[in-house]
Formats: sequence, structure tokens, C-alpha cells
Amino acid sequence: MNATFTGTSQYVASDELMGAVNIAITLQKPLLIKGEPGTGKTMLAQAVADALSKQLIIWNVKSTTKAQDGLYVYDVVQRLYDSQFGTHGVDDIAHYIKLGKLGEAFQSENQVVLLIDEIDKADLEFPNDLLWELDQMEFYIPETKETVRAKQRPIVIITSNAEKELPDAFLRRCVFHYIEFPDQAQMAEIVRVHFGDLDGKLVSQALAAFYWVRQLRDLEKKPSTSELVDWLRALVAGGVEPERIQKEIPFAGVLLKKDKDLRTLQKNLR
Amino acid sequence: MFVSFFYLLRQRGLDVSLNEWLSLLEGMEKGLHRSSLTGFYHLCRALLVKSEADYDRFDQAFLEFFKDVPYQGELPPELLDWLNHPSEDLGRTLEELKALGFPDEKLEELLKMLEERLKEQKEEHNGGNYWVGTQGRSVFGNGGWHPNSIRVGGTSQRRAAMLVAGERKFRDFRKDNTLDTRQFQMAFRLLRQLSIQVESNEKVLDVDGTIRDTCDNAGTLKIRYQNPRKNAVKVLLLIDSGGSMEYYADLCSMLFQAATKSNHFKELHTFYFHNCPYSEVYRHPGLRWDSSVPTEWILQNFDSSYKVIIVGDAAMNPYELRETRYDWSRGEYGPSGLEWLTRIQKHFPYLIWLNPETMPKRQDYWSQTHWQLGHLFHMYDLSAEGLELGMKRLMVRR
Repeated sequence: MNATFTGTSQYVASDELMGAVNIAITLQKPLLIKGEPGTGKTMLAQAVADALSKQLIIWNVKSTTKAQDGLYVYDVVQRLYDSQFGTHGVDDIAHYIKLGKLGEAFQSENQVVLLIDEIDKADLEFPNDLLWELDQMEFYIPETKETVRAKQRPIVIITSNAEKELPDAFLRRCVFHYIEFPDQAQMAEIVRVHFGDLDGKLVSQALAAFYWVRQLRDLEKKPSTSELVDWLRALVAGGVEPERIQKEIPFAGVLLKKDKDLRTLQKNLR
Repeated sequence: MFVSFFYLLRQRGLDVSLNEWLSLLEGMEKGLHRSSLTGFYHLCRALLVKSEADYDRFDQAFLEFFKDVPYQGELPPELLDWLNHPSEDLGRTLEELKALGFPDEKLEELLKMLEERLKEQKEEHNGGNYWVGTQGRSVFGNGGWHPNSIRVGGTSQRRAAMLVAGERKFRDFRKDNTLDTRQFQMAFRLLRQLSIQVESNEKVLDVDGTIRDTCDNAGTLKIRYQNPRKNAVKVLLLIDSGGSMEYYADLCSMLFQAATKSNHFKELHTFYFHNCPYSEVYRHPGLRWDSSVPTEWILQNFDSSYKVIIVGDAAMNPYELRETRYDWSRGEYGPSGLEWLTRIQKHFPYLIWLNPETMPKRQDYWSQTHWQLGHLFHMYDLSAEGLELGMKRLMVRR
């Protein structure tokens, strides 16, 4: 496995992040990514998949998601329906076993990138229930007495917003990286990747304003990269003069999503 | 050299296990540190540190260990050599450890050695409680460490951390972000008693009923629904507040948070008292008169199906427990604290006592109430393990 990740034209990764990705790939361990919302945790998986030209499988975790859902689902109701109309294949249970995202990743002939997005959303037990599967990269389906084993160990990327603490046993198996909020120079690079040819003055003014807003105290939710990108888009579309940006912060509603934060901003602008 | 870095990290409160250490070795053998100190730093951090809250601590330890290494210039040859052949050093140490087989006495020695180191460290850093807190953890972290890389369960480790920290102060621990409510929450999960909810609107598919009816219906699908099963456990939490319990305020608030967060209870009521629940308990930990509730009212309004958890250190002056109290509002002597407690115990068959202090080995003047109540109630340590035992006790009648 010599593939190394060096970022893509669409995604700017810091050296440390690239290092962490490569460590995870080489050691064949899941990579756990934490960071402020909007720092591109989810985007990373896409970028890794693109850079290594591999297929990306996304498993979005919700509060109701069970570990079992990622492995397989046995569609009993469909089978019951089919049995009434005597369609072929009712005897064959395998017909009604639908593999989940994890199962899909295991079955794939080529190595894939598996993104388990927002793992902390699920139940407390969820990560523990996946320990064996992620370690051994296999699981057993009792209904068909079959073992699904990974043909190619997928590259597993897990993101977490730290809503819940993850169990120790799970953490021990992961490579961990915390994405720091990019500094101004990095951010300029990110903006360049997103917009390419943008007026340099506009960008520098907007970035200065953006970091000024971020350092305001009493903000409940700081604006993040994705909001900056939206804001720049709005600024360009609205044809705002670069000189006005820092003075007025036009379209502040794109940056700040809470009434209270907007009021705080107005207070500080005066 | 390598192993001392491992110890240093653990000593600084990073809970590095042998598993992770082996991964690090594997990573170095695969050249992931790119033969540079910076690369080594990143590799270490990615594999050994599992929370951004620990990054700073890791940085400090790393700096401390490698402080003599010039950053700009060339790496000294010994270090470069070591970076390139880490396995010899580490491998040998591992072999030694395995050969020793880690009998219990060795563990003792290890603990002793660490304790000595910790003492040194305190003098150097005089970081006060912050370091003390983390030390408690790392000492026992080592205790649970085994060459086969089977750790003694996280629960007992956490318990020990609490015990050690109990000798110091808890509040710094919280800032330190090392204790979390997760294990408490997990323990509360044990308190589950599923029963059919009659009044609930949402229905769930009754698989057995559907199959039976479908068969009766000559194979045409007939779907049956039933009322969902939900937890029917009702909990009454009585917390000792003020006085000697100030010490454990944060621990209690953690327990309280865990209880409120695990919102699977049907009902959860919390009341506070000082030393003993006398004729009044309080809705707020401040124990102000305007939040008071007659204990009698509690006994009348909460029936015996409630599961009661009393949290307190049971440490008080003996007269506070045994002597009858003059009740100003009624102008007569009311029952003693002990009598109130026995009444509560009689009324609620499901009752446990969680105590942040462990039972004293010998009875002395200050611990005699603890001793007495400990024999009267099912008393457990207020720790993840104790809570778990307590929850199991609460599920069965006395």
C-alpha cells in the first residue's frame, strides 16, 4: 500500500492532516477526525477518495442508527410479501439480505474509502458495537451462515463533533487528528481553491473582516469556513465594494446564524 | 530512551496503552516518522493522543523529553540512530516485560516506583492540584497495564482515579476534563424495566402477532401493531449537600448530570438535605427555606415503586443522627435523623446509598455514623463500579 495522500486541487490539507491520513492508511487503522464544525471534516473523505481515485462510501450516522444497520438488514417483510405471490427466490434467504454501508465496503472488489460521518450522533453503545467489525473487517450473518470479509481493507474515516464522549476501547483503535481552524494564510489558500480568480483586495478585506468577527467575544456560534465561502459568494454576487466590507460587514446574516450573534455584531460595529 | 518517553507520557496523565505503543513502533518501522523529529512528533500525536484536550499536555511532555534536541540544526546522531532503529530498544524492553510475566509483586513495585516519580514531579512543577489529579490517574493506569496488553477494565481504573482524587479535590479534575459522565450514564442504563405503554400514541409492529394472524388469514398479510415497551423506572434522588459534602460537590453534580442526561427514566425527582433528611428536604442544593418540602409529603406522594438513591458521605456528629430534634414550627421534639432514615427505608423497598467516601476500616468518633448507616443501608461507593453494583441492587427487592 504505497498510496499517499497529498491533498487535492479541491481540498487544502495541512501537513499534519496529510500525515495523519497517511499514518492511518499505512497502519490500516480507522482515522478519527474531530474539529470545529465547518472545518471540512466530511470533505476530507471525499478528498482522500479523489486523490487516491477510490470509490467513496458514506455512512451517515443518525441518533437512531444501530451498528447492525451498517452491516446488513434482513428484509423479512419483503420476503413475507413475496411468499404470498409465489415469486421466485423466496426460499433463498440471501436474496433478502441487504448489506449496509459497512457490508458494501467489505464486499467491494477494489479498496474503497468508507466515511462514517458524525459517529457521536448515535447511541452510547454504537462505537463499541463496531469494534470487532472494524478490527477484523468481517462480520457473520446468522441467517445465511455466511461470513462477510473485507476483500480489500477499506480506508475508514470517522468524523465526530464531540457531542458525546467516545469509549476508550474504541479510541485506542483509531488514529486521531484534530483539525484546527485554519489561519489567515491557509484560509486565503482555501478561498483560492474555491474561487480561483477573485479580486485580491476583496479577499483580503473579507478575510480580515471574517477573522475580526470570529474573535468577537460573546459569539455563540463562530462562523466557519463553509460560511466564509458562502459569504464571499454573496459578496461577489452583490457586487460589494471591497472598501465597504470591513466597515459594514454586508450580508452578515450569511456569516452569523443567531439573532443574538447578529446583535452582538451590530453593537461592535458601532 | 524510548521506554522512558512512554513513562513520561503516562506520568503526565496521558493514558497511553501498550497497544497504542505497539502501533507506534509499527509505524516507525514503516518509516512513517520520515526520520525526522517533527515527523516523529506527528506520528506520536496521531497514535497516542485521542482528544484535542490532551494535545497541550502531550506537547509539554514532548518538549520536556526532547528539550535538549536542537530544533533548527541537525539532529544529533544518537537520536537519528534511535529514530531509525526504534524496535531494538522497544523490542528488548517488551521482551523483558513479557519474560517477567508481570506477577502481582511486580505491579506493586511499578506502582511504588511511579509514586516516587510522582513525588519528584510535584516538587518540580508545583502545579498543585492539576498535577495531583492527573497523577492519580496515571498511577493506576499503570496498575492496570499488562504485557499482554489486556487492560483491567476501564471501570475499575476510573474508580481508582476517583478514589485517589477523593483524597485531594474533585473540582480540578473536572476542569482537567479527564472524568466524564459516560460511565455513570452507562450504569444508569442498567436501571431499566420495560413495560407496555398503554397511553402511548405511537405503535410498533408486532412481529409475532403479524405472523400468527397472517397464518390464520391463509397467508394473506395482515399486519398487527402493539403499544411500545418503555422504561417504567421512577427514580428519587436524595443528595446530601453542604458541610463535608462540599468536597464532593462536583462529583455529585456529575452524578446528577448523568442521571438527567440518561432520560430513559419515566420520572426523576431530586431533593437535597444536610446530613440527614429531617422533617424537611429541599428542592435546591442551597437548602433555602423557600425550597423546602416536608419529608412527610414525600412519603405520602411517592409510592413504594420509586427507586431511591441516597447520596451522602454519612459523616456527621453522632448527635445529629441520633438525637431528637426540636421542631420550631410545631414547638415539640420531632423524630431524630436516624428515625427519618428508617422511615424512608421502610417506605421504599428499593433503596441504595451511594457514598463518595469508602467505608472506614475502623470505627472512630468521626466515622461512627458512617459505620452505623453503612450497616443499616445497602451502601456503595460513589464510583462507576459502585454505581453499577447499586443499580443491580435496585432492580431487585431488598
